[in-house]
Amino acid sequence: MTTSPKKSNKKVTAGLFVTCLIDAMRPSAGMAALRLLEAAGCEVIVPENQTCCGQPAWNSGDIKAARVAATPFLDAFDACDYVVVPSGSCAGMLAHHLVDLFEGSGDLHARRQAAAIAGKTYELTSFLVDVMGMKTPPGKTTARIAYHDSCSSLREMKVISQPRALLNAAGADVVDLDKADTCCGFGGTFSVKYGDISGTMADDKATDIEAKDPDMLVAGDMGCLMNIAGRLLRRGSAIEVRHVAEVLDGAMEASPIGGLRDSASQNPGN
Amino acid sequence: METQSRHFKENVAAAILDDDLKGAMSKLTSALRPKRASAVAGLPEFDQLRDHGIAIRMHTLDHIDTYLAQFEDNVIANGGHVHWCADEDSARQTILDLCRQHDVRTVTKGKSMVTEELGLNTFLDSHGILPLETDLGEYIIQLRGEHPSHIIAPATHLQREQIAETFRQSHTHLDADRPMDTAESLTEEARQELREKYGAADAGITGANFMIAETGSTIIVTNEGNGDLTQTLARVHIVVASLEKIIPTMEDAGVLLRLLARSATGQDMSVYTTLSSGPRRPGDPDGPEAFHVVLVDNGRSGMIGGSEREMLRCIRCSACLNHCPVYAAIGGHAYGWVYSGPMGKVLTPSLTGLDQAPDLPNASSFCGKCEEVCPMRIPLPKLMRNLRTKQTEMKMTSMRQRVILALWSQLASRPALYRLVTGTVTRILARIAGKRGAFRWLPMTGGWTKMRDLPAPEGGGFFARYNASRKGDH
Ligand code: SF4
Repeated sequence: MTTSPKKSNKKVTAGLFVTCLIDAMRPSAGMAALRLLEAAGCEVIVPENQTCCGQPAWNSGDIKAARVAATPFLDAFDACDYVVVPSGSCAGMLAHHLVDLFEGSGDLHARRQAAAIAGKTYELTSFLVDVMGMKTPPGKTTARIAYHDSCSSLREMKVISQPRALLNAAGADVVDLDKADTCCGFGGTFSVKYGDISGTMADDKATDIEAKDPDMLVAGDMGCLMNIAGRLLRRGSAIEVRHVAEVLDGAMEASPIGGLRDSASQNPGN
Repeated sequence: METQSRHFKENVAAAILDDDLKGAMSKLTSALRPKRASAVAGLPEFDQLRDHGIAIRMHTLDHIDTYLAQFEDNVIANGGHVHWCADEDSARQTILDLCRQHDVRTVTKGKSMVTEELGLNTFLDSHGILPLETDLGEYIIQLRGEHPSHIIAPATHLQREQIAETFRQSHTHLDADRPMDTAESLTEEARQELREKYGAADAGITGANFMIAETGSTIIVTNEGNGDLTQTLARVHIVVASLEKIIPTMEDAGVLLRLLARSATGQDMSVYTTLSSGPRRPGDPDGPEAFHVVLVDNGRSGMIGGSEREMLRCIRCSACLNHCPVYAAIGGHAYGWVYSGPMGKVLTPSLTGLDQAPDLPNASSFCGKCEEVCPMRIPLPKLMRNLRTKQTEMKMTSMRQRVILALWSQLASRPALYRLVTGTVTRILARIAGKRGAFRWLPMTGGWTKMRDLPAPEGGGFFARYNASRKGDH
């Protein structure tokens, strides 16, 4: 999968797929991803025609709705060398499921486009490290950081060392969770439909995180971040939760996900 | 067995609150996950072995009729009998007829999930034949009147103290004050109880991990040796097995058994691997007088040509259960039928009907751990997604879900409108959340907010910010 940046004076064009969750919930993480790509030397394109990759419908088994949702996406990134995604889950959708989604649609053009997208999609940190060769990110921090691997990052996009290497290079003290490869319980609509199970899984993850006593919990997927932040808040934890792009970029202009952890905003346990 | 899978949500609600279950589940996962990991790490060719195993299973499925016929021929040549049963009813009746034919009053049973499908114990009991489970876990749950909660560790939902209590209540002839505070003391007590009964049983009923076409043999693996005693001490040995357990050769069994034990318990091999090849021959020191194989279809043949076909290569190792965070949170009973965990989420709706188990394929976060550890690399998340797609196609999903997804997809396909709507909604939500930055509750978020806060959006959306920043550049 590793490709080196093109050796011409033309810059690599990276198409940033912001993802619907970052667009709606956490624009700061999207802006941070944008600046990171620029810092890595890319020409960044943010196509206007992007909304969602269709994953919520795809995973609900509603192929029709998923195709409708993902259609504008198909030609939005035509002009880019790469599609870069600050989410392992959405990257996984593009790299591994988009072709399946349009298979059997009878639309050969759409299937070709899906295959082209699949071949040039990267999760943000793996793109920065594996393609752009980034060694040191712009951001600096000395925080003790627990890094959470999203299941899609880990299993579909094979992202493990890249975010850790960049966080370490930024000066962070990165700690590994004991159950690093166990799901946090988000799972998209699963988290609302099966709130009992999902909440229990989130609670197990929160226990695992608190055991390491980090200053910050960092991950590359907004879904996991909202889920973990939500459970940590409910437990009254003071651990800050942020998207990895924010930390690597260093601006950290926004409050942590779920708001400031001052005493007034904290809940008692449960 | 009657399925309770329709009540999945209620079952889950109860399971989540069960502290004994929580303790038992955490013991199971903390014991078995590292064992599998080190067994796999200790066998560098594990992945090649997997590929080999998958090839064996897929080849067999392609020619299952031929291999089953070959198996039958060889069983008959060995002096045994094969009975083909299309469904639960015919399998139960066949077994009952065999018991009557051989004048059987009591049977000992080795662990068999297929007989759980048949609800065999209750059925035999109601016809005056006493079944006695000999696997320790099965024995415990039989005393408690429960069903297995795990495909290889049937009583894994119980803590030691609960088992001790069950024994105290059941083994009333023993000293009421005997110490029962170690696993060993419990095992020893069960062993003493069971030993007496093996010799007295008229028939032994076992399952089969595999049936070997070229020899007409069936194989079971156990760690307690109860399978051996069940099948050699009784007059009649009845093997109950589902169709897809067939494999071509003994050599194939070698490949699959190495995968099975490592994936299940992290052992190189199970303690006992027992082959049955027909009744006692002249000169044999022991063995049954009669040997019967009851071949059960019960929905399998319908899966062979369908989209859940890959599920049929399952070797029932339980790795997917042991590594599943959902299984760990709710235990096996919540799934409502014989099979649980990720394999149960595919197998139960495939065998009993999607309408009987509508929640099972949906109750997964698609984390993918099951597929990662499955020795047969069964794409369990993909198979669950296929079932979800079937539910949508058959309009089995809720009207609400269908309408929401349809509206949402239309919106997502119109980027400008989409941004207007999401921008407005997120600005309002951000304002309501105020400085706190998270909600304890919002309408329609009950499933989320029962145990979690819902982080509020920053407000406005990415594109507003991005476009503003671009303007600033010029
Ligand atoms: S699905 Fe795979 S992991 Fe699960 S029991 Fe079957 S073979 Fe084992």
